[in-house]
Amino acid sequence: MTDTDVTAPAAGTPAASPEPPAPGGARGRRLPRWAAPAAALAAALSLPFSTLHPPGLFEGALNSPPTLHLLAFCLVFGGLATSYDLLYGRVGLLSFGHALYFACGAYTAALLMRLLELPLLWAAPLAVAGGTLLSLLLGAVSLRVNGIALAMVTLAFAQAGSILVSRDPGRTTGGEEGLSLDTSLVPAAFVGVANTVNLYWAALAYAVVAVGLVWWLTASPVGRVWQGIRANEQRVAVLGVNPYPYKLAAFTVGGGLASLGGVAYLLVTGGVTPAITTAEFTLTLLVMVALGGAGSRWGPLLGAVLYTYADHRLLQLGGSDVFAALPAWLAAPLSQPLFVLGVLFVLMVFFAPGGLAALPGRVRSALRDRKGPRV
Amino acid sequence: MSTVLLLAVTGLGLGALYFLIASGLSLIFGLMDVLNFAHGAFLAIGAYGTWWAADHLPGAGPAGFGFAVAVAFGVAAGTLAAALVELCVIRPLYGRHREQILATVGLSLAVPALLQAVWGADPLPFPKPGLVRGAVSFLGVNIPRDRFLLILAAAAVFAALWLFNSRTRYGLIVRAGVQDRAMVTALGIDVRRSFTLVFAIGGAAAALAGSLGGLYFGVVTPTQGLSLLIFAFIVVVIGGTTSLTGCAIASVAVGLIQQFANYYTVAGLGDIAVVIVLALVLLTRQGGLTARKSAERVA
Repeated sequence: MTDTDVTAPAAGTPAASPEPPAPGGARGRRLPRWAAPAAALAAALSLPFSTLHPPGLFEGALNSPPTLHLLAFCLVFGGLATSYDLLYGRVGLLSFGHALYFACGAYTAALLMRLLELPLLWAAPLAVAGGTLLSLLLGAVSLRVNGIALAMVTLAFAQAGSILVSRDPGRTTGGEEGLSLDTSLVPAAFVGVANTVNLYWAALAYAVVAVGLVWWLTASPVGRVWQGIRANEQRVAVLGVNPYPYKLAAFTVGGGLASLGGVAYLLVTGGVTPAITTAEFTLTLLVMVALGGAGSRWGPLLGAVLYTYADHRLLQLGGSDVFAALPAWLAAPLSQPLFVLGVLFVLMVFFAPGGLAALPGRVRSALRDRKGPRV
Repeated sequence: MSTVLLLAVTGLGLGALYFLIASGLSLIFGLMDVLNFAHGAFLAIGAYGTWWAADHLPGAGPAGFGFAVAVAFGVAAGTLAAALVELCVIRPLYGRHREQILATVGLSLAVPALLQAVWGADPLPFPKPGLVRGAVSFLGVNIPRDRFLLILAAAAVFAALWLFNSRTRYGLIVRAGVQDRAMVTALGIDVRRSFTLVFAIGGAAAALAGSLGGLYFGVVTPTQGLSLLIFAFIVVVIGGTTSLTGCAIASVAVGLIQQFANYYTVAGLGDIAVVIVLALVLLTRQGGLTARKSAERVA
């Protein structure tokens, strides 16, 4: 594997090292392993009660509806990226079809509510079950091949789904317009601007479920096999463990978490459009994961939150008068979030291959190298 | 009968478009193992270059000889972009396939966004020279003329690539490199030098596809590249990366299947049929195409 993977296990396999360094970079001091997650969760839980207004970061105070909505959005993508990382970073499966399961969750829930008039509380579990089943079926077929062929098969299945949705069979999926959430079927606690904080809770719950499940599975014996498959699949097979069921399990869990994310997305955005079915969407997921650090503990969550935040914020800034002061040739590209993020991403692939999660370690080792000629 | 003929020629035109994109893609993948997501960007650069040149470049114009100059400008822009991408982005990441893929993914997002920033997201009307405007009567069927231009261009590119592959020294190196890169390097030939060449050729073909795709669709949009790219990927996987002929046959097959299934069944089913064909090919002829090689190299 590449040199970037050398740094990853420190964060990716906390159980392997006797004294795991806290991901915050607290070198030397011994913090219990649950300290960093607990602190992050406490911060996330206290956010809606804060009236702080960090200048420039958000449009309003932390507990104002627009800010909470943006944060909820970030968290949904954080959970989704974590579910993608389960395939890409933990097992090493390069799937280009993750958007399919996300869209399957969102569209199935929206369709069940629209056609059968099921309340959201019933539609959601059915949609998640459907998405999980779909990922199990398609995973069983696609995982018969490896590497680039796997990427292509998953891409092809997702493309078929995307075409199906945008062609609007029987005028059910709404074509390019997408579907909007029927608010009469949603619990009242999630309706209205005043209740944005509840959307935030829902998104946070999803992110916690996704991250928690992935961490728990990675630390379990199954996670050990996944790690082995990522490092060398042939060797795992030679040791007498058939990799196929383990890969399929990862694929199914990833797909199930993605369809749960689809339901959360439907709730947070109040609708669904074909944009989330496209291959481009899966590519942005890949960018999020690689940005944060594939296979690392916090990387995917961090990368997705930062990416989504930057995407929204740049779009807002692009319309504001901040950019009016810049010359036109500079303002036009900078007002395109995808341009800025794409270029940043390419630069990151060059200069920080392990993603954001590997940065503290890189900085630390660079400092160590400077202090003494040999370590 | 007339419908069948119309569908066949249109399908061939679409297949020609796919071939122009896929030929470069399969050369790049075969030689360097780079799944080049930036290929759609080269296509968009070619399309926008041609569109821009037709209006602004002295000597170029929307019709006649001027249009040929505009296309040449677009192709040159695409070639230059491809060569630059290889030299500045792919080369420093040599041997790290995942990072190479990620870098091209980043480019595939950034370049269309840049084009959108400059010229807007709305589809721009593409100039249509009188020569390819309207339809021509062929065996009693009215067939749009631009389809013939596409087919001719693809045939010319096929011939040129075939001559390059079989008659030139670099073609020999490229072919040998596709077969066994390590062996070629061991024989003292610097394969990397031909990487830039292959990228430039691929970029030129993709840019040509962009210009002619503008004729085919009548408009240019920043994201045209990616949707075509996915079908080009499918063509590459079905056709295999080792032979140009396989690529051409797969392009034609995919174009024809798409057109006929879209017409005779529900619209949109043709696209899905292609996907199903791909899944069948990959799952039944595992390793017969690109699977075996890539499975062990890309990890």
